[in-house]
Amino acid sequence: MAENSINKDIVKEENLVFKKTGLFTDKPLSYCPGCGHGTAHRLVLETIEEMGIQSETIGIAPVGCSVLAYEFMDIDMQQAAHGRAPALATAIKRLYPEKFVFTYQGDGDLAAIGTAETIHACNRGENITIIFINNGIYGMTGGQMAPTTLPGMKSSTSPYGRDIQSMGNPLKITELVAQLPGTYFVSRQAVHTPAAVRKAKKAIKTAFENQKLKKGLSFVEIVSNCNSGWKMEPVQANQWMVDNMFPFYPLGDIKVPAEQ
Amino acid sequence: MKELRLMKGNEAIAEAAIRAGVDGYFGYPITPQSEVLEYLMAEQPEKRTGMVVLQAESEVAAINMVYGGAGAGKKVMTSSSSPGISLKQEGITYIAGAELPCLIVNVVRGGPGLGTIQPAQSDYFQSTKGGGHGDYRLIVLAPASVQEMYDFVGLAFELAFKYRNPALILSDGAIGQMMEKVEISDQKPRWTNEEIKKMFPWATTGKTPDRPHNIITSLDLDPNKQEKFNHKLQAKYKEIEKNEVRFEEIQTKDAEYLFVAYGTSSRICQKSIQLARAKGIKVGLLRPLTLFPFPSARLFELSKQVKGILTVEMSAGQMIEDVKLAVRCSIPVEHYGRMGGIIPSPEEVVTALEQKFL
Ligand SMILES: Cc1ncc(C[n+]2csc(CCOP(=O)(O)OP(=O)(O)O)c2C)c(N)n1
Ligand code: SF4
Ligand SMILES: [Mg+2]
Repeated sequence: MAENSINKDIVKEENLVFKKTGLFTDKPLSYCPGCGHGTAHRLVLETIEEMGIQSETIGIAPVGCSVLAYEFMDIDMQQAAHGRAPALATAIKRLYPEKFVFTYQGDGDLAAIGTAETIHACNRGENITIIFINNGIYGMTGGQMAPTTLPGMKSSTSPYGRDIQSMGNPLKITELVAQLPGTYFVSRQAVHTPAAVRKAKKAIKTAFENQKLKKGLSFVEIVSNCNSGWKMEPVQANQWMVDNMFPFYPLGDIKVPAEQ
Repeated sequence: MKELRLMKGNEAIAEAAIRAGVDGYFGYPITPQSEVLEYLMAEQPEKRTGMVVLQAESEVAAINMVYGGAGAGKKVMTSSSSPGISLKQEGITYIAGAELPCLIVNVVRGGPGLGTIQPAQSDYFQSTKGGGHGDYRLIVLAPASVQEMYDFVGLAFELAFKYRNPALILSDGAIGQMMEKVEISDQKPRWTNEEIKKMFPWATTGKTPDRPHNIITSLDLDPNKQEKFNHKLQAKYKEIEKNEVRFEEIQTKDAEYLFVAYGTSSRICQKSIQLARAKGIKVGLLRPLTLFPFPSARLFELSKQVKGILTVEMSAGQMIEDVKLAVRCSIPVEHYGRMGGIIPSPEEVVTALEQKFL
């Protein structure tokens, strides 16, 4: 009997080191092994669970690899058109000012097709949380160049490397939105090591808690890997991210309110 | 005594929205409908009913705000004119695909492209055949007076919520800009969040322990499920066609010829009827109030009575295709219209009737 064989002395609350976040559904994640999306999901869900706000939270995931986030997050969620999540979030938050509203967007979504919606939601100071997964590529559609693709970086639509002359520069949209008076808290984090995960969790939790203050938009970028799109193995992809992405997209808080 | 006011069509839309207990309006300025947003901003409905009004950064953002609000069970709307409505098509197809109720108002101007700011009826195809991608329909109402601009706001929301389907008021620059007497209805209270939770258990109001999490989406990657869903949508449209056809007939009893026209054109046709009848031509008018569903069955009946139909549209002839289908080519159907923002005169319409049929 499996149950009888459990050593009750070991299975004690104080010995518990890891468990599934309660707000994950039972559906298996569809992300590639090693992808940062799963960890980022977990941090968002842990935050909601710890704050006890599941019944007060509405999430919006537009297209991108995380289009099916609503399958994995046991949260009321809306699927948005490519780039439009901040517009949906704006309306939901204004119609339910007491609820917690967040978007979960990729870099193609947030910094290319949805640039206008992103900047204007930030500039209006919508009292929402934006979680921005920057993997420097269009993961879902098979690894095309994103607005955040690094100079010289190869993708399926920049097969010889991103040529700045003809393809333009990568967009540091996080630094850009930090300039806007409507953003209250802006941070850039990563989820590739336990230490990074802890910092990212803190930033995400701050970003959610800020909604209670009604002082503006909280924006957390997670610089993440896309081993499939980058055509690398997971460990190699993480190392490449450390060596190439972090120097261009340095981690840390970018805009912190004076009170914090 | 009911309250009477002299109002522009666009203002009537705005006041009707407040009175209908609308929760949110999201818009972007464009002539000839900017008065909707201007009126709402001046009226400060947040103080009257708590209604949210927001000038969005674009029509794309505005319709996606509507999508968000509708998904959360709120009574939300937007308005625009032709070029802006084209931009909204992305959001509209998502809303239709997610089966959400909302109201879109199009105060049509001439096109294509930037076209003109003058009235036209050249967005009929876009409004009644879908507009965006995919097999979907909107419930389309066509007001012909400022009073109907007012009344159709309430009606549109009633139908939108009844069928969980976006509704569209297809107006034009003339009706949006003209001033007429309007009978104002009493203030309807906005639904409380508790009422919304009860009435719309599908809405994203926050997952509570008593139900699974709610998902608003138009995505299903499984083709079999997606086809099944499409069949469900089509069945709903059939239901709407069965139940919601609305039209008005003027002097059709003894008519030998028939005008079919909606909105501004239908008003021109009323004068044309007088002029033609003075000349001994027995002509009547069928005016669709709903363009989807279209009054096809009644037109087929009338085709057995009249010798010919003239559709009068401020376009190159778009509704005429539905009229031809309705009468199954049993009698001649001709079109007369002006384009580019020109409203035909009643005399022109009579001349066209004479030239085409007499
Ligand atoms: C209007 C529109 N254009 C294009 C697409 C195709 N598309 C889906 S996801 C995507 C890119 C997603 O990239 P990103 O936002 O970086 O998310 P990731 O998959 O990398 O997490 C594109 C172009 C779409 N669904 N809709
Ligand atoms: S394609 Fe890239 S972003 Fe998408 S799941 Fe795979 S690794 Fe993650
Ligand atoms: Mg990406």
